[in-house]
Amino acid sequence: MSIRGPGSLPPGVTFTSVWRWPRPSFRMAYRMWERNLLSYSHRWHINLVPNFFEPFFYLLAIGFGLGKFVETIKGVDYARYIAPGLAAVSGMYGASFEVSWNVFFKLHFAKLYDAVTVTPIDPEDVVVGEMMWGITRSLMYSLPFVLISAFFGLVHSWWVLLTPVAGAAVGLCFSVMGLTFSSLIPTSDFFSFYWTLFLVPMFLFSSIFFPIDSMPGWAQSLAWFSPLFHSAALFRELFGTFGTNIVAALGHFVWLLGLSAILWPVPQNIFRQRLVT
Amino acid sequence: MLRFTDENLTPAQLTSFVMQPIVRAAGLIKTYADSPMPAVDGIDFEVQERQCFGFLGPNGAGKTTTMRMVSCRARRSGGVLEVMGLDPSRDQRRIKEHIGVVPQETNLDTVIRVGENLFAHARYFGIPKKEARSRALEALKFVQLEDRSEWDVEHLSGGMKRRLLIARALINRPQMLILDEPTTGLDPQARHLVWDRLRELKRQGVTLVITTHYMEEAAQLCDRLVVMHQGKILVEGSPRELIRDHVAPEVVELTATDQPELARLVVGVADRAADHEVAGDRLILHVDDGEAMLRTVNDSGLGYETAAFRPASLEDVFLKLTGRTLEE
Repeated sequence: MSIRGPGSLPPGVTFTSVWRWPRPSFRMAYRMWERNLLSYSHRWHINLVPNFFEPFFYLLAIGFGLGKFVETIKGVDYARYIAPGLAAVSGMYGASFEVSWNVFFKLHFAKLYDAVTVTPIDPEDVVVGEMMWGITRSLMYSLPFVLISAFFGLVHSWWVLLTPVAGAAVGLCFSVMGLTFSSLIPTSDFFSFYWTLFLVPMFLFSSIFFPIDSMPGWAQSLAWFSPLFHSAALFRELFGTFGTNIVAALGHFVWLLGLSAILWPVPQNIFRQRLVT
Repeated sequence: MLRFTDENLTPAQLTSFVMQPIVRAAGLIKTYADSPMPAVDGIDFEVQERQCFGFLGPNGAGKTTTMRMVSCRARRSGGVLEVMGLDPSRDQRRIKEHIGVVPQETNLDTVIRVGENLFAHARYFGIPKKEARSRALEALKFVQLEDRSEWDVEHLSGGMKRRLLIARALINRPQMLILDEPTTGLDPQARHLVWDRLRELKRQGVTLVITTHYMEEAAQLCDRLVVMHQGKILVEGSPRELIRDHVAPEVVELTATDQPELARLVVGVADRAADHEVAGDRLILHVDDGEAMLRTVNDSGLGYETAAFRPASLEDVFLKLTGRTLEE
């Protein structure tokens, strides 16, 4: 189904207006987050259960099924190699679903944000609230994966206890990117571009299923620009797949926060111009 | 504390002190980048506290844009706008804390239930959970929906949704309630219930600002109103003043069976009226004495299909000022 938005960007959107540093209130953003939790509370029991089945099936089919033929990657079992990458992938999709169709629907069709912004909550707070909710949903996907992986004996480091922090950075990064995209597009059809030209290629070429060393040099450099590559690498360090290099882990963590910080003002400014005309 | 007996103040000063307007606009302008015509073109008005102030006008007159500027959801392009003494482009959070907004378009939260809509809205204002629950119930009772708390929003009728929107706008106990066409699309029962609730709010001291194109609504509710047209305010006054100042007290409407008959009526009696209009197959005569006019028509021996007379209404003022053609 396609949902039509207003057709184009609101007038007055310029390069400088988009990158102006926003000043959201986290207290107000929390109130937006709380509303999402309330609406989720009606369907959490049907929503959360699949989050456990998905990693289970993935590990079973790819890790242990395909793994029979692949055997080892750089000396570790295939299941052990892909588990942290898949945890990152589920975190990516968890956040992306939430801040794409759902946010677009709330913005253009349900007019939820019009109702919210007549209260002390401003458009910037709405966006930050949705980011916080995107992080929450991302963690609801990635953390069960970590638990299932641990259950199958695929985790080899106590650093894994930091996966909630790492997962939050992954959720933040994909929430900011998704919100940026959602705020810019005129119709929901554009999400298929986001999916097939952005998320899916990342899914396939970010060292989730095979190390990037096997790709040509230019492709390896390109992978460095993939947020999912850094997400997967971060999870891999924390899982202790090849041991844990905490400096490398920190590097990936900072990369994710850095991209979030750069894009951070864009959806906030565009939402403000869409909601306060 | 205000002391009304203060001898240092003249009555005029005292009045201006007590009658601090809750909304003040001067030369207020709103232009949109994608339109050459300003949506609001330099309007001045003051809304006093505890008043019901109406914006009347055809579609596209600039009423909704004005409401959006007052409720901090549209930035003004020029002029002065003060709401509760604050600037909506800077102090929007503080203003929004104390106003309630009933939008023209139904924007209830459809994924949560009726009562939860009110609870969630209360939480947007930071009202503690326990208090939010009791206020939600209180607001539901006020609009007679207390037995629908657990319902899905989608199962409510149009009138119920509108009442729920009003209940939602009251959750922060606002000083001022802004209603954009509160009864458009409602059946007469639902409309009267809404009016009754709005009058009750006015009695409780809530300032009401409404837009409408129903003359009856404006006459029923408003203490003062302005008629807007093409972004400008044409006239301002109480409903009674506007009728008195702009149209003759009574109206005689004659319908003719065909155009020649209508033309004969115009020639024969129109100059006996203070003012007249031809609309379709009708001749509308604005007169001081309707009965006398009817006698004149009958005595003249001219033919007509039907004749009726009635007191002049706000609708006559409205149509006289904004014309009979559609503006869309």
